[in-house]
Amino acid sequence: MSLSVSATERTGPTTTTGGAVLITGICGRLGKHLARVLHRERRVVGVDRRSFVDKPKDVEHAQVDIRRKKLKDVFRAGDIEAVVHLGVMHDPRASAADHHSWNVAGFSKLLEYVAQFRIPKLVVLSSANVYGPQPSNPQFLSEDAPLLGGQNFSDIRDLVEVDMLAQGFFWKLPETETVILRPVHILGAVHNAPSNFLRLDPIMTVMGFDPMAQVIQQADVVHAIHLALRPGVRGIFNVAGNEPVPLSRLIKVLGRQRISVPYSLARVVLRRLWALRLTTFPPPELDHIRYVCMVDDRRAREVLGFAPRVSLEETVRSVDEGRW
Amino acid sequence: MATTASRALARIDSAARGAPGLLRRLLGTAEQSIDDLLERLMGEPFADRIARVPLALGPSGVDPFGLDPQWAKYALGTIAMLHRRYFRTDVHGIENVPEGRVLLIANHSGQVPIDGALIGAAMFMDAEPPRIIRAMVEKWAVSLPFVSLLFTRVGQVVGVPENAQRLLTQGEALLVFPEGARGISKTFDRRYKLTEFGLGFMRLAIETNTPIVPVAVVGAEEQYVSVANFDSLARLLRMPAFPVIPQLFIPGGQLPLPTKYRLWFGEPMRFTGDPDDDDSIIDEKVWLVKQTIQSMLNRGLKERKHIFW
Repeated sequence: MSLSVSATERTGPTTTTGGAVLITGICGRLGKHLARVLHRERRVVGVDRRSFVDKPKDVEHAQVDIRRKKLKDVFRAGDIEAVVHLGVMHDPRASAADHHSWNVAGFSKLLEYVAQFRIPKLVVLSSANVYGPQPSNPQFLSEDAPLLGGQNFSDIRDLVEVDMLAQGFFWKLPETETVILRPVHILGAVHNAPSNFLRLDPIMTVMGFDPMAQVIQQADVVHAIHLALRPGVRGIFNVAGNEPVPLSRLIKVLGRQRISVPYSLARVVLRRLWALRLTTFPPPELDHIRYVCMVDDRRAREVLGFAPRVSLEETVRSVDEGRW
Repeated sequence: MATTASRALARIDSAARGAPGLLRRLLGTAEQSIDDLLERLMGEPFADRIARVPLALGPSGVDPFGLDPQWAKYALGTIAMLHRRYFRTDVHGIENVPEGRVLLIANHSGQVPIDGALIGAAMFMDAEPPRIIRAMVEKWAVSLPFVSLLFTRVGQVVGVPENAQRLLTQGEALLVFPEGARGISKTFDRRYKLTEFGLGFMRLAIETNTPIVPVAVVGAEEQYVSVANFDSLARLLRMPAFPVIPQLFIPGGQLPLPTKYRLWFGEPMRFTGDPDDDDSIIDEKVWLVKQTIQSMLNRGLKERKHIFW
């Protein structure tokens, strides 16, 4: 895949010690991508209850559930220098109990071990969705904006909670460098709502709304995680890709048909389809195509030294690449 | 099933879009006539004029706040007609507006925010170099379909302090009506009497070190004569106000009365101090601005010989 190649061509981060990076949720598409980038320069240990197909030989994979005690063995076995937490479950069809036990209980377990084994670095992949799309949002949300994502969409409350738990870690364990990344809509081969939305044909939009949007390619997210792993980096970072564009321009790049539906109709129809399990989009996600939820990524550019490498066109087109 | 339905919808959609070449020709003619109209009203083509406006357009031709010059042109075509022909605006002292970041503080009146549109038209058509002003809109408007789209594309932003701050540091001109909905929905008996000013704009000006240009709008109060305001009904409908405007019931009275607008731009005022000062201290500074606008209004009213010409 050309994108992952370009992502590995970077100059390596300034890590000198040979400790391993532990990646939770390594078998997700983003996790695999990150593993392929990182395993060339340092030891990579993956944790995921799924199996890792076409795993690079030198990546160690422990097929454990992060809620289980066995996770401790992975920490005990060795020399882990950094933990990257990608293993957030966001399956709108899964039950709230599942979500909570996985995202909140599982993550607390992970944090416990990070504290116990004095891991010097923790990178948590949160999302700009924790701010939530609202009509009263400023055009660019800074890192200290309130996390209102769960206000109209209760299913993502546990994602907000993960972010909050990680924030608590800043002062609970100041010797661990904690980094929270809040990327905007991730596009690419990943199976998330924004990518799936752009894979629709025709693409449905809400009549009379065309909010500005920010998107980021998965390779750029991997790049940001890579930068966050450098020693000395800590804090919360909004990560945005290329310059914001109206939603309609994104659709134009793909050259897809677009149908706009009045909001009231769209909501009713989507609710019906959702109940009949004909769509993967929960009705509250309609707000994402009505209101802005964009971030101010100044801090990521200045402190993290992040700049997107994939152009907007490539980013958008990448949703169609490698639908494996 | 869902996909078949949406495919069918898309087919109808594409048929509607692709079929009539006539419609496209009509649109082409409309665009041409807007170009002609703007050129006639401004004395130079729109493209030349907008090229002199400092805009932070991205590669997609839209600025980070969603302003699209193409949309701005259509909006301006309408507003230019109102500005030059319908309300025949007299603009005084527009040369007082300094370059770079500036806060325009104006009185708000007339039930419908035509005053804002005309200040925008004056800044684009009469100021040199031309400016596109940014106004802050009510959150409520952002949740309305089409309205929110139109507002963003012509450069209006949601009225939150973060947006104002960002625009000012970008060097934009920001229009603020500190009276807000209180001012615009005044009844006729309280015309040209300023209502209570919000304090936010002063904190913003001090914090970003931005000059304030007071603006007095004369002529808007008479465009729609409101005799009463039903507060409880407005609250019920979640609207900012519910004015009673008798002229709306007369055929043709739905249009605003063609009063003559007079815009007075005052000398820039600069304030220093601590933006987080106590309300009472900020209030004194706000009072200065309010008094300036009130005296500009009084002078403007005295000089006005007739409401309609």
